[in-house]
Amino acid sequence: MSMNHAAESNLLASNQQKELEDLPKDYPLSTSEDEGDNDGERTHQKLLESISSLNGKDRQKLAERSEASLKVSEFNVSSEGSGEKLVLSDLLEPVKTSSSWAAVKKQLNRVKSKKTVELPLHREEIERIHREVAFNKSSQILSKWDTVVLKNRQAEQLVLPLSKPPSAFAPIEHVVSGWKAGTPLEQEIFNLLHKNKQPVIDPLLTPVEKASLKAMSLEEVKMRRAELQRARALQSYYEARARREKRIKSKKYHRILKKGKAKQALNNFEKLQKVNPAAALEELKKLDKARMMERMSLKHQNSGKWAKSKAIMAKYDLEARQAVQEQLARNKELTQKVQAASESEEEEEGQKEEEEPLVPDMVNGVQIKANGLNPWMLQNHFSDAKEAEVQKDLKDPAEPEAQETSESEEERAVVEEETLLKEFEERRSLRQKSELNHMAEPVHRRVTKDPSSQEVLSELRALSQKLITENHQSGKQERSSARTAQREEPAREEEEPVLLQRPERAQTLDELEGLGREGCVENKELPRTAVEGLQLEKNLSNHIGAPKEKKRKEQMIDLQNLLTTKSPSMMSFAVPMTVQELEDREEKGQRQMTKEAFAGDDVIRDFLKEKREAVEASKPKDLDLTLPGWGEWGGMGLRPSAKKRRQFLMKAPEGPPRKDKNLPNVFINEKRNIHAAAHQVQVLPHPFTHHQQFERTIQTPIGSTWNTQRALQKLTMPKVVTKPGHIIKPIKAEDVGYRSSSRSDLCVVQRNPKRLSIHHKKTSGE
Amino acid sequence: MDRGPWWATFNGLHRVRHDLRNLACIHTPIPRNYDPTLHPFEVPREYIRALNATKLERVFAKPFLASLDGHRDGVNCLAKNPKSLTTVLSGACDGEVKIWNLTRRKCIRTIQAHEGFVRGICTRFCGTSFFTVGDDKTVKQWKMDGPSCGEEEEPLHTILGKTVYTGIDHHWKEAVFATCGQQVDIWDEQRTNPICSMTWGFDSISSVKFNPIETFLLGSCASDRNIVLYDMRQATPLKKVILDMRTNTICWNPMEAFIFTAANEDYNLYTFDMRALDTPVMVHMDHVSAVLDVDYSPTGREFVSASFDKSIRIFPVDKSRSREVYHTKRMQHVICVKWTADSKYIMCGSDEMNIRLWKANASEKLGVLTSREKAAADYNQKLKEKFQYHPHIKRISRHRHLPKSIYSQIQEQRIMKEARRRKELNRIKHSKPGSVQMVSEKKKHIVAVVK
Repeated sequence: MSMNHAAESNLLASNQQKELEDLPKDYPLSTSEDEGDNDGERTHQKLLESISSLNGKDRQKLAERSEASLKVSEFNVSSEGSGEKLVLSDLLEPVKTSSSWAAVKKQLNRVKSKKTVELPLHREEIERIHREVAFNKSSQILSKWDTVVLKNRQAEQLVLPLSKPPSAFAPIEHVVSGWKAGTPLEQEIFNLLHKNKQPVIDPLLTPVEKASLKAMSLEEVKMRRAELQRARALQSYYEARARREKRIKSKKYHRILKKGKAKQALNNFEKLQKVNPAAALEELKKLDKARMMERMSLKHQNSGKWAKSKAIMAKYDLEARQAVQEQLARNKELTQKVQAASESEEEEEGQKEEEEPLVPDMVNGVQIKANGLNPWMLQNHFSDAKEAEVQKDLKDPAEPEAQETSESEEERAVVEEETLLKEFEERRSLRQKSELNHMAEPVHRRVTKDPSSQEVLSELRALSQKLITENHQSGKQERSSARTAQREEPAREEEEPVLLQRPERAQTLDELEGLGREGCVENKELPRTAVEGLQLEKNLSNHIGAPKEKKRKEQMIDLQNLLTTKSPSMMSFAVPMTVQELEDREEKGQRQMTKEAFAGDDVIRDFLKEKREAVEASKPKDLDLTLPGWGEWGGMGLRPSAKKRRQFLMKAPEGPPRKDKNLPNVFINEKRNIHAAAHQVQVLPHPFTHHQQFERTIQTPIGSTWNTQRALQKLTMPKVVTKPGHIIKPIKAEDVGYRSSSRSDLCVVQRNPKRLSIHHKKTSGE
Repeated sequence: MDRGPWWATFNGLHRVRHDLRNLACIHTPIPRNYDPTLHPFEVPREYIRALNATKLERVFAKPFLASLDGHRDGVNCLAKNPKSLTTVLSGACDGEVKIWNLTRRKCIRTIQAHEGFVRGICTRFCGTSFFTVGDDKTVKQWKMDGPSCGEEEEPLHTILGKTVYTGIDHHWKEAVFATCGQQVDIWDEQRTNPICSMTWGFDSISSVKFNPIETFLLGSCASDRNIVLYDMRQATPLKKVILDMRTNTICWNPMEAFIFTAANEDYNLYTFDMRALDTPVMVHMDHVSAVLDVDYSPTGREFVSASFDKSIRIFPVDKSRSREVYHTKRMQHVICVKWTADSKYIMCGSDEMNIRLWKANASEKLGVLTSREKAAADYNQKLKEKFQYHPHIKRISRHRHLPKSIYSQIQEQRIMKEARRRKELNRIKHSKPGSVQMVSEKKKHIVAVVK
């Protein structure tokens, strides 16, 4: 920055100098004028002088005045003779006397006070400074793009083009505005269009159309259009419906349809009778005529081809029989004499009754639903009831499904707190009361065993109390195995009847006990699945005798082992144990140190041992294909016989001899697979800094076999996305949220005329 | 839900099954168990997939699309229409300018624009007109649309200059263009005199390019081996960098304002950050002869270079080696090259009067892709990226057939380079430690930076 400042100040200075320099331009300032001398000596001397002045110190020496001329320039006064510089005061001396020069004197005094200005910089230098300043400026402007560029380079996905193209379509007249018919063909077409008063540009309406548009208001048109649309839609709907109905082949359907129509007609007729008796009479006549025609046709005698075939079938087919009967009834009806209206109504009723079975199944379904016999609904209903039951009743042996849920609840309840137990009991008593009230509930299947359940409950409470006390005890002291065993016996005896009744409950209690003995604090979480419970349940119910006891004992021992092994770790919570541990570690460390110190002694033996081990490991292993239980007795503790084992042991073929077989102090690793090595990366590739990094990238699968759809999309996202057929323009300041400079480049260039003129001069000079 | 054994990925039957399953997936997503224990060998399976994808990429690599012939002399310059993807302009060495329709692959208009070479051609930013400069010392502006019936084919404006113009470029936003020759001139379209002329040095300038982002910046390269940057607003040159050999042309990155790439005679391309010209950001070397032209992809991630060695190469901006090389038997020295504005195609004009159209991605499938195709392509691309360092995949993906001349020259130059390196090492070895320094490849080619 300091350099920059310096450069700028220099620039300023040079500019000032330039202005000053411009001042004396009007005067004949030319040293070269005087130099047009022919004298050889003088020129020689001058040359010498100029050479001597090349050292740069007094380059701008004032030129010597060599010739007497009429016009003596005041700027070229030479002071050569005196050998010293001409001072302004020398010149002013003659002026002092006259007072008329006061103004000039003042001016000159002012000039005297000013310091001499420095020489203007060389043009090259000035340009260099200009360039430097301009470069700094523009690189500063460019630096605002740094963040954008970095962001784009590191972006996971760059979607191009950045700015969305304007979606609106330009109307045709905008596009065509500048266009005129050029070719003869186009002109001809336009002529035709004009002749018929066809519009060329939007709105594309002829005058006639325009007039018609004017005649109707917009709302009217809209309404009319809506109406028409509606009519059209209705028509098409009816057509479709008619077509659909026509296509129906079902006879039953047509029969019903026909009957429905007849009924409709009858209804209409009745209505008509009330409203317009004359018209009704005519209708009646028409109906009568139709009936007569029907009667005349003898269609309903049982003599037709169809009727005969039906009569044959009627023996076996219920439907056929029905059809025949129907026909007979019809015949009867037709051949009857016309009777009073009331009778016909009765008949109708009869018909209705007949129709009833023809009502679609849907209706039946609804009826059934209403009756509450729908199996699906029923099940829901029952399950709800069950759930309710479960919540209320904890031990209902009749329902295994419900028990599973209740079981887990029970467990939690028992283990958690005693208070909860009390609650249960309260609820229970309440329920008992309520049950007495609601004996007539729809669920009859459940048999409540009040006395037994109460018994269980009391037992349960006792056990849990014991559990708590035991917990306390275990927290205080450790017990010997013998004592625990002794304790175990009575506890079990207590349990046994309970077990017989409700095995799965006993199971939970077992566990509880176990937990209690362990002194485990986490009573709340009992890791046990329902399946496990069921299995154990079976076991218990089948043999409650010796094997079970054995198992339990085993468990006991295991637990004891656990205790004994655990004890030090439990002790380790205490402070002195940590100290002890530290000591242990120290000892170990010392041992290690000594080992390391004397490690060199056994190098050869170690190597040989290592090699032997490696050789052993690399040898192909024998394959044992013996299946226990095949051809022999199997079971726990039984091993297949030696013969079998010998028979099914597949001897591994001896591999090729090792390369280092005869080289005692060489160990050649034969594990390295050359074929695989050809596919492996040997050198860590560039962007990675650690091999683990690279390995991790390789090990994460990106395919759809291992990833969900969303993850796959994210993993396989391409770096740059371009839309086909879209022009990608260079990035703009507006695209990335920067404000683009308001001034246009052209304006700036044109506003810089001075600088430009200088450059122009320069270029023209060259 | 397993997709069969992992080694059966190339099995035809398996693939059919796979496809059917995918087809079903479109309508009803099948729940899958993603437990990794159920899908073992993920690395080998994906490796095989990557290998297959790489092989298929090479199988389908058919980049050549079309050849536009019609010029009667070598194609000297190309220009894109900034508003239309289908329109391309080309100027030939006999002064003819042709406008091409890429979809029809036909010339739609021919203009005898100049006498002698058409040295430069550029379109106006709005795409309604274009400018040409020629050996006849003129700058001409033409309408993009052809003359209507009965009209003569005439330029809108003609500017007669004093010296030959060797290049032209139009401002990206305003009615300003720049020409180069003896000096860099900035012209207002409405005037017949340049509004500003800038010069630095006395050699002829071969090309001038406006910065597409910070539009007041220009770059030019002259035959005295330098690249000069200018500021149009302040009407002054900014900085000059002198390289080992002459730079033929430069191109600015359309996504990164301060990055440009120079195509040099010493077979290399140099990508510079214009704020630090003393060290190029990257030296791109693969050509075996002078690089004549360079153009950036509109994505700014890659560029294409045309060379005298009768090939064009595509370089990633951040890699020193090319990703692709295109050549045909009949393609001679490639003089000009352009990357189309949708970043999908590349055009190159060469000595033997043809303009060739290439795909930017050799194995890319053209046309509309279904979502499944797209997903598969993306997955394959990622697989190739993931396993790109594995030797087999690397070998296959890098394998290109080259014409014998290029191949032998590569070998030759490799030997030369190795010899030079050896000599340098020997010099260091046999001189006083520290007196001879190893110069990096980036710094080696920069002679000086002049402020």
